Amino acid sequence: MKKLAGAVLVLIFAAALGSDVLATASYRTQFREEPSAPPSAHHPLGTDELGRDRLSRLLYGSRISLMLAPAAALLATAIAALAGATAGYLGGWWERTFLGATDLSLSLPWMFFLMTVRALLPLDVSPAASITITFLLLGALGWAGPARIVRAAVVSMKRSEFMLQARASGSTGLGIVITHLLPNLKPVLIVQFLVSIPVFILSEANLGLLGLGVAEPMPSWGNLLRDLERFSEVRANPWLLAPAVMLVAVVVCLQIIAKREEFVA
Amino acid sequence: MMHITKHVAGLLLTALAGAFFAATLVRLAPGADSDERDFDPRLSAASIQALHGSRAADRNLGRYYAAYLRGLVRGDFGTSYSLKRPVRELLADRGPATLRLVGSGLFAGWALGLALAIIATQGKVGALKVFTSGLSTLLLCLPAALIGLVVLVARARWWWAIALIILPKVYSYARGLLDQVSKEPHVLLARAKGLGRARIFVWHVLPSIMPELLALAGISVSLAFSAAIPIEAVCDIPGVGQLAWQAALGRDLPILVTITLLLALITRAANVASDLAIAALHPQALPEAAL
Repeated sequence: MKKLAGAVLVLIFAAALGSDVLATASYRTQFREEPSAPPSAHHPLGTDELGRDRLSRLLYGSRISLMLAPAAALLATAIAALAGATAGYLGGWWERTFLGATDLSLSLPWMFFLMTVRALLPLDVSPAASITITFLLLGALGWAGPARIVRAAVVSMKRSEFMLQARASGSTGLGIVITHLLPNLKPVLIVQFLVSIPVFILSEANLGLLGLGVAEPMPSWGNLLRDLERFSEVRANPWLLAPAVMLVAVVVCLQIIAKREEFVA
Repeated sequence: MMHITKHVAGLLLTALAGAFFAATLVRLAPGADSDERDFDPRLSAASIQALHGSRAADRNLGRYYAAYLRGLVRGDFGTSYSLKRPVRELLADRGPATLRLVGSGLFAGWALGLALAIIATQGKVGALKVFTSGLSTLLLCLPAALIGLVVLVARARWWWAIALIILPKVYSYARGLLDQVSKEPHVLLARAKGLGRARIFVWHVLPSIMPELLALAGISVSLAFSAAIPIEAVCDIPGVGQLAWQAALGRDLPILVTITLLLALITRAANVASDLAIAALHPQALPEAAL
């Protein structure tokens, strides 16, 4: 199952990365004589109401969502590793402050904050800036949950025999952290990274569906899903479901892989 | 008594810190000072200046927040910039719709999630297990706003959207717990003694998984309230979630701060309630720090 999920992900990633080659047009090229066209040999998924090729937009949108969600997950995992490992290793005042900060962070409605900050951006914000801000916010706000798990792992490692042996053999401070703690934290961090990716993909999709994700004309899964708001057209034009199918396929595959890694860790 | 006081203090601190954080984010976000009325050709320069003057007090975050807290003590949440009505009135108008949506959704989500988890672990029908797992995985992979759209297309009751968000979380967590507990020695012994399935479940399995389920119940309340925002926005439900969405788009600081405060309060209160319930039922299941 994991192999199949991995293969599907590789296929979708490859298609997204190769969008420059595979797409028949740029994501912003308008075929003005063919707005809202049904699928054809030229436009396999038809065109949108502005005459833009849907398949090309889906491929470019996949590239944005699939590149930036892991980047946001990497940022969140890095903050979690730093904060969680410091608190767990140093203990005392550091740990109490850390637990208070994560409690506060986990109690706050982050999705609502994201919406608010994203809505406050000027209307003429460039698509590149909107992408960067959206995913930086996602990364910066998603650290608390993984950080608690990292802290718990460090606390249990501190009591383990290999750490006792390391201390007995004269290793101290930074030496212990680099040589013993970090290598043993790797499986936990990998799982947290993998678990965060679908969360960020879904958050971006939610923001996009509300019109607050990546700004037009740049496509992303979130803003491509907005076509489904005209649900009366979906039955007659099932190809409008293509972004939703792609999103579900990627998130399912990522969850299968994350679950497997979690089990191994 | 001491730990209840500690929980209440933590609850108030979280709510106030959350509201202050929201106000800070709103004030620091680029474009927070701009107002679409600045570009209204019907307004004279003097009117625009008067508008700017009326918001000058809010520019100083400390002063705005101090005034907000003074009002809060009197039960006054301020007046909405865009809707020109007291925030308290707006919340009173829209609160019932959100409470109905979230309450019914939570109830249905928990009932269905638990029922499916029990059927999947206790039952012997393989196809049913595959179906419930598949459904749960699919629902976990859909954004809340898209689930709202699906409910809209199906013309089902709105609370189904919340139920479909809560269901997979309850199902996957409860199923994992049930699988784990059913292999524990005390359950195996009960089975070896020939006790009936229902009796084993009620007397041996349920008490073992209750602390974890109560913890999930606390989390699911905040999940449901967070999901209500995109669902109400997409489905055009006149609740607090839709108000929050409109306030975000309209940069309506009094509404934004009040809703953040309420959401933080609800999240923390739900977690505290579940901690207290666990402490009452299974004191040994809670870590020392939580007591």
